[in-house]
Amino acid sequence: MGEDLAAHVRNSVDAIYRSDSRRVLATLIRLVGDFDLAEEALHDAFAAAVEQWGEEGTPANPRAWLISTGRFKAIDRLRKSAKFESDASALERIQATEAPDDQEDGVEDDRLRLIFTCCHPALSPDAQIALTLREVCGLTTEEVAHAFLAPAPTLAQRIVRAKGKIRDARIPYEIPSRSDLPARLDTVLHVIYLVFNEGYLATSGASLTRADLSGEAIRLGRLLVELLPEPEAIGLLALMLLHEARRASRTTPAGEMVLLEDQDRSLWDQARIAEGVELVESALASHRFGPYTLQAAIAAVHAEASSAAATDWAQIVGLYDVLSRADPSPVIELNRAAAIAMRDGPEAGLALIDAILVRGDLTDYHLAHAARGDLYRRLARTSEAISAYQRALDLATQETERRFISRRLEELRLTSPR
Amino acid sequence: MKYLCLIYDNEKEWVKFPKDVQDKYMGDYGAFTEGLKKSGKFVGANQLQPTQSATTVRSRNGKISTTDGPYAETKEQLGGYYLIEAKDLNDAIQVAARIPSAQSGSIEVRPIVERPA
Repeated sequence: MGEDLAAHVRNSVDAIYRSDSRRVLATLIRLVGDFDLAEEALHDAFAAAVEQWGEEGTPANPRAWLISTGRFKAIDRLRKSAKFESDASALERIQATEAPDDQEDGVEDDRLRLIFTCCHPALSPDAQIALTLREVCGLTTEEVAHAFLAPAPTLAQRIVRAKGKIRDARIPYEIPSRSDLPARLDTVLHVIYLVFNEGYLATSGASLTRADLSGEAIRLGRLLVELLPEPEAIGLLALMLLHEARRASRTTPAGEMVLLEDQDRSLWDQARIAEGVELVESALASHRFGPYTLQAAIAAVHAEASSAAATDWAQIVGLYDVLSRADPSPVIELNRAAAIAMRDGPEAGLALIDAILVRGDLTDYHLAHAARGDLYRRLARTSEAISAYQRALDLATQETERRFISRRLEELRLTSPR
Repeated sequence: MKYLCLIYDNEKEWVKFPKDVQDKYMGDYGAFTEGLKKSGKFVGANQLQPTQSATTVRSRNGKISTTDGPYAETKEQLGGYYLIEAKDLNDAIQVAARIPSAQSGSIEVRPIVERPA
């Protein structure tokens, strides 16, 4: 094979690896019944493609070729190691599984099977995230470790353990039944949202890697909507897009935090906002939406306002009312109180926040105290604002948040009569 | 009178034993089981998969929750067991969640090591 041809084949195999390796893997796991064996078979199949496609030409259906080659490679591997009883029975099982004639059939179902298996609720949340990024997104173990600021051996161990549990406890490779689907989908959505937040909220580590993680979560969200267009999956994708649209305005070039009301709205990504708003509307129209869609609807109202003052706060309060019934939590109550302060004035908000604090729910939550500080500041009740912000500072742990609260405190002390 | 003998051992230490020590141990188990069968005292026995394969199942207000690992609370004590035949872990979780104590305590679901008969 000439050098040009070899390079050409390698490039086309690389391109197919990028676009299709996860699909091929998802189907191989079903056919061979084991994650590790399927991964080895996947690599064998791509290695064979580099060798054979140069001589025989690229097959008409490369994905089908890779799946069928991978299946045979797995059988080869098992034959070679069939001295163990368990390998012999695995071999029998694979050979009994007919390779599907039309490889396109069911391939998308296999991708869903892979997502639901990686996000199985019998795995720990850490393991769900690591496995999803590794197997569904195709990140290397090192990349996953880097993104989560964890040592690579720890991540590798976590993934090995999760695969061991899938095998030993026999977690089935299947799409949940209709009755289980809502709860199982919740777990998948939660994993995707955790990945997104890890990239969006965390302020430690290389910022580039972190943004990549949000991008990965959005890709996952898109994949899920494509495979299973459930309203809450659509709502989550919308929520992530609407948050991501504001990324450029959330921090100054020096990395300092900028509050929503002070953000330069000309930096907001209008294409993402338009897509997010359209998705929210379609999720709301289903009348089967839940907390992700409602949060996305709130984000959409913010995204469409030209300024904080021009925001439709009445609508935001209304959405928080629905959200706090759908998914009651003190943090949502706090956000609702902040919206009411914007609609009805700081006193109204303060009364609600104080009521939450009296219950003891958010006593140690720094943002509850920062919100009180901000409302007192708006009322020019400086000493109360200072003591609330001081409490927030004592409780905050994130560096950028601490710097933000400290700046607020300095400004207040300058205006303080003392 | 029947008695249940629960076997507690350090599974982390066990995997570190050299192969010959493990083989001797398993040989001892084989001999013990044979002797027990001959004496007429044997009713049943199973080896469990390691705790890493365990799932703890709870049912509260009709909602099933699952946790990775053996996470009985310290105030919960072993009170009984069911040995069940299930298609896969999902099937086993559904059964476990219907055990009445799943509503107040927790059920640890652990696969049995399968050996050729």
